[in-house]
Amino acid sequence: MIEMGKVNNKSFELKNPITGLNKIFDNRIRLGIMSVLMVNEEINFNDLKQMLEVTDGNLATHLLNLEDNGFLKVKKGFVGKKTNTTYSVTKAGEKAFTDHITALENMIKGVK
Amino acid sequence: MTEQNQQSLETLQDIKRIMERSSRFISLSGLSGIAAGICALVGAWFARNEFKPYYKNYNGRGGYEATDFQELKFRLLIIAIAVLAAALASAFYFTWRKAKHNKLPIWDLTAKRLTINMLIPLIAGGLFIMAMYQYNEWRFIAPACLVFYGLALVNASKYTLSDVRYLGLFQILLGLINTQFPESGLYFWAAGFGIMHIIYGFVMWWKYDRNG
Repeated sequence: MIEMGKVNNKSFELKNPITGLNKIFDNRIRLGIMSVLMVNEEINFNDLKQMLEVTDGNLATHLLNLEDNGFLKVKKGFVGKKTNTTYSVTKAGEKAFTDHITALENMIKGVK
Repeated sequence: MTEQNQQSLETLQDIKRIMERSSRFISLSGLSGIAAGICALVGAWFARNEFKPYYKNYNGRGGYEATDFQELKFRLLIIAIAVLAAALASAFYFTWRKAKHNKLPIWDLTAKRLTINMLIPLIAGGLFIMAMYQYNEWRFIAPACLVFYGLALVNASKYTLSDVRYLGLFQILLGLINTQFPESGLYFWAAGFGIMHIIYGFVMWWKYDRNG
């Protein structure tokens, strides 16, 4: 049993590229938000909404989820009298996303 | 496994597409360049015709006449404004058409960034050239147009198709060469704003728009 486990574990490390995959990025909208934030220092809610073509409520839910996971920073400010909330990626978010991409790339290479 | 593989590939392509779309304005059409170039050539032709009566009078009289010069100056300014308006309108039209065709927003974050960063060197150059115009420093107007426009393009290239950078570098080079041949300003101007725009526009159209 133990030996079996060991063998499995070894092959898991060698072949399984899924280790870097992050469940949080399974969702297309969250993946989209992260993709935008990786190439934009800072972006506000409306620009993000326009870029990803999603509804207010949908976007807000996924932003909250990413914030709770510590992947993005939220800055609340004002433009005139209107509230202007801007988002940027955290170090942890950047790492998790890069790992996710690497894992995806490894999966493609692994099967070739 | 293969299906999963396919899925990973699609996800990666999605990520790449979103990153590209959210950081650069990609709807710039090659036809916009061609249209702007044609406007410039037509304008240069009109401008050239303005010089003929001016020099005829100049030679007939055997010297410089201030009122004639002011008249020429004014007529050239009107042509310049008309060319700018026509070039902007036609360039905007083809880019709007491309954005609409690809179902992309025309006035989004990337478009705003591109506009602001292009306008900084362009407005500075425009005011600088108007000052030269004001003091009758005509020799370096064409070179300044080319150099400032080239700098604006190099700056803008960070926010749109990176190929724009090469067009910018060529305009700068042409402008600098022009400083050594100030009497041929109109020809350099026509080469830069006319011919180079058309060549660039055609290459861009061939590269990006042909199949779209």
